[in-house]
Amino acid sequence: MGVGITVEHLNAFYAKTQALFDINITVQANHATALIGPSGCGKSTFIRCLNRMHETIPEARVEGKVLIGDLSVYNGTSATQLRRRVGMVFQKANPFPTMSIYDNVAAGLKLNGFRNRKQLDEVVHKSLQAAALWDEVKDSLHKKSGASLSGGQQQRLCIARALAVQPEVLLMDEPCSALDPISTGKIEELIFQLKEQYTIVIVTHNMQQAARVAEFTGFFLLGKMIEFDKTEKIFTNPSDKRTEDYVTGRFG
Amino acid sequence: MRTRFQQQMEDLREKLLRMGGLAELAVDRACQAYTERDLTRCQLVLENESLINAAEREIDEMAFDILATQQPAAVDLRFILAVTKINADLERVGDQAVNIAERVMDMIELPAAELPVDIPRMATAVSAMVRRALESFVEGKAELAQAVLEMDHVVDRMRDESFIVLVRKMNEEPQITQQALDALLVARNLERVADHATNISEDVIFWVLGADVRHHAQAASASPRPERSEP
Repeated sequence: MGVGITVEHLNAFYAKTQALFDINITVQANHATALIGPSGCGKSTFIRCLNRMHETIPEARVEGKVLIGDLSVYNGTSATQLRRRVGMVFQKANPFPTMSIYDNVAAGLKLNGFRNRKQLDEVVHKSLQAAALWDEVKDSLHKKSGASLSGGQQQRLCIARALAVQPEVLLMDEPCSALDPISTGKIEELIFQLKEQYTIVIVTHNMQQAARVAEFTGFFLLGKMIEFDKTEKIFTNPSDKRTEDYVTGRFG
Repeated sequence: MRTRFQQQMEDLREKLLRMGGLAELAVDRACQAYTERDLTRCQLVLENESLINAAEREIDEMAFDILATQQPAAVDLRFILAVTKINADLERVGDQAVNIAERVMDMIELPAAELPVDIPRMATAVSAMVRRALESFVEGKAELAQAVLEMDHVVDRMRDESFIVLVRKMNEEPQITQQALDALLVARNLERVADHATNISEDVIFWVLGADVRHHAQAASASPRPERSEP
């Protein structure tokens, strides 16, 4: 099952440049939360602070508190330990190109020393089913490489790979921006189903996508969280004029 | 800035205002026709109904196109929903003006009768409601719209009083029953126009504040909002 996320007084920096300013947010478990805002507003930086990817950039640092369930992200938790609980899917699908479909999904488990073939088979099956890809690839699990799939299939393969380690939270950074509307529809349908078991945070430039898939939406601007509310409220009657100007296309 | 979208919204707004002008003119002409027993004005109301109907279709089509192609949100979405509803109300205002004109045409064929009802006063109040409802739309001001809602009670009372005195008159002087009945129907038509002006005002409040005040829900229950963005 998914867990909630609590962020308190989060500040993020790239060397001396501050990218996030005092972010406070509570993400509800087993819901989809969308983050919107113009390019450079800090939404991707924010999502990367949730699984300690931000600090992989030289001179980048984070201040503040992030709790994934009861796990404190910046208080002694190792990145490996954290990322077992927090999966991530990126803008561009990035399957391991030389690995088979099966091995792509099983990679995370194998890396953690998981070797039982029967159990691996089961996890790969379940993960591909959860990612709505099983029916399309079940006959070529070992024959085809991850890179031989279409863009939409590759993205769902990456989702299956993330799900295989049984995370509680799934972070998605513009997962559909390189996909056609049919593939986008499949991923959105998937998000809808996955939130029954996972907590999903999705960064998207597509506001209609945020409106379609997320129960909650946060609007970022210039590194600050301007407004966070139920998605319906953000798209019908936001409280802050800057949010309204953004969702109505008056800037951004 | 979505320039084309903003232009489409502005075109929609202007089109609705032109339609509002037609509906307002139709009511004023019908009321003047009643006061002056003027057949020409009645015919003008009937002839111009087709213009209002055509405008209704055109506005709905424009709104439909914007919804389909621009996916408006927040204040823009509320604006378009409000426009489509105001559009339907204005078309009904036009219909009521036609009903009044038809009653007047009926009355003109009958001998003039002294009726104890001040239809012109009621018409003045109703015209003011329509005008102010449209002004609240032009200005995007919820307080103007709120004032219209309060006027509705006054018109309702006028209609009730008209009914009482006209029914009494029919009992006392059965020979002018037809004229009294026509006046009574005109009073009812005017009250309906006031109801449409009320609906229009409620839609303006919804657009501006995001608050649903229909059926006596309070505008104050809506969260405070920043100044409205121009459509």
